[in-house]
Amino acid sequence: MQQRIVITGIGVTSPLGNDLPTMRNNLLEGRSNIIEKELRYIGKVPMGKCDFNVTKYQNRKEVRRGTRAGSISIYCTHEAINAAELSIDKIGKDNIGVFVGITEHGNVETENEIANIKEFDYDVKYWTHHHNPRTVANNPAGEVCLNLGITGPHCCIGAACAAGNYGLIYGAQQLILGECNIAICGGVSESTESFGIFAGFKSQNALAENPDPNKASRPFSKDRNGIVVAEGGAIYILERLEDALERGVNIIAELAGWAINTDATDFVLPNSERQAECMRRALKHAAIQPQEIDLISTHATGTPEGDVREIAAIKEVFGTTPTCYINNSKSFWGHAMGAAGALELAGNIPAFNDNLVHPTINIGELDPECDLNGKIVIDSPCKVEEINYILNNSFGMLGINAVLIIKKYK
Amino acid sequence: MTEEEVRTIVVNIIEEIAPDEDYNNIVDEEPLRDQLGLDSMDFLDIVMELRKQYKIEVPESDYAELASMKSTVKYLLPKFNS
Repeated sequence: MQQRIVITGIGVTSPLGNDLPTMRNNLLEGRSNIIEKELRYIGKVPMGKCDFNVTKYQNRKEVRRGTRAGSISIYCTHEAINAAELSIDKIGKDNIGVFVGITEHGNVETENEIANIKEFDYDVKYWTHHHNPRTVANNPAGEVCLNLGITGPHCCIGAACAAGNYGLIYGAQQLILGECNIAICGGVSESTESFGIFAGFKSQNALAENPDPNKASRPFSKDRNGIVVAEGGAIYILERLEDALERGVNIIAELAGWAINTDATDFVLPNSERQAECMRRALKHAAIQPQEIDLISTHATGTPEGDVREIAAIKEVFGTTPTCYINNSKSFWGHAMGAAGALELAGNIPAFNDNLVHPTINIGELDPECDLNGKIVIDSPCKVEEINYILNNSFGMLGINAVLIIKKYK
Repeated sequence: MTEEEVRTIVVNIIEEIAPDEDYNNIVDEEPLRDQLGLDSMDFLDIVMELRKQYKIEVPESDYAELASMKSTVKYLLPKFNS
């Protein structure tokens, strides 16, 4: 039997709050938080921003030297460690691994540096020596290790917008392989600091626009017109079940199964067939049937094409009227890119205790092609008898799909 | 420019780089590295800020001159006054 992996701590920052109870409460209350902010070259754009206290766990020199993605990772990691009542010294700093999912990294720092040398007529002698340590792909995970003195393995997992789920899956795999005893893992996004991310989506006709920023992110709506970029982070403490039991710590949930696959069909357009295959493989890994899933946390980003293809994949696996409920968190805070999967899952995990499915907001008129015969929970939370299994979808560019199934710990 | 004025400029630059340190009790003759917890990247920041803000170049062969406040001021004073 495969090693059982459990969640013992979660730390988040999101546009809906800097701790899980606050975030959950806003999801249940249907309160979104999208602001408009001016970015260089592109002007005012809607976005989801976090307002966590950066110097809660870092001194000002560390903040100045590092990256926003690093600060988000450090904040979420400390919050997760506190929630898991974890003593790093007791576990041993070399027994801990840090694995952080990222959609991209280095855009923010490179754009800032080009703006800096523009002030000096593009003379590269003014280019900062911090550029390379800030932009290496392992930066956010490496900053966590520097901050906490963790000496086990670390890396970032580049998996586009499937990175949040992939980070958790990778952490579980490292525990199963025995590479570490504690996996600090999940996903982060600093993408709201990069004009290039917004401009790229705009050129792709995939950037959301709405006079009311809080109405801009509207997956499954007939009126959806694209993505709202958000920053955020969700870092989990994962450990092997027997280790968690020995520590006597509260077990939040268990990883039941997962799957990762690739479309191999297009740079940006998703592929329903491969998404369905990924969900089926995750179900097989969890050794459960589709009807045992109680809630699907969708990836849908609010693009016309992406939402329809995910719904088509869900229909293929779960039927046109699934037995489970379906929701979407991006309607509240936008697309938190590398954090998305891990953050959306975090917002749904309290459902194991409160038996509430948080709603999807901003739908207005439902796109008939996204209709699942009333199973999408809209505008107000849905009370259910019990939630035992959550299936969390996460898909990204270059056709990366990551599906994670979490179960109530019993 | 006086030695005191140069010292103030240097303190302001370092304070921006390492804002959490105590700048009231610097012993000018002692190494800055130990007193302010500075590392090689911080010294490169000092060199960069001198370049950006005052167009002063500190070649790598002269980096040792920035070891203490006293040696830094002594080294920079003629550059500020040239």
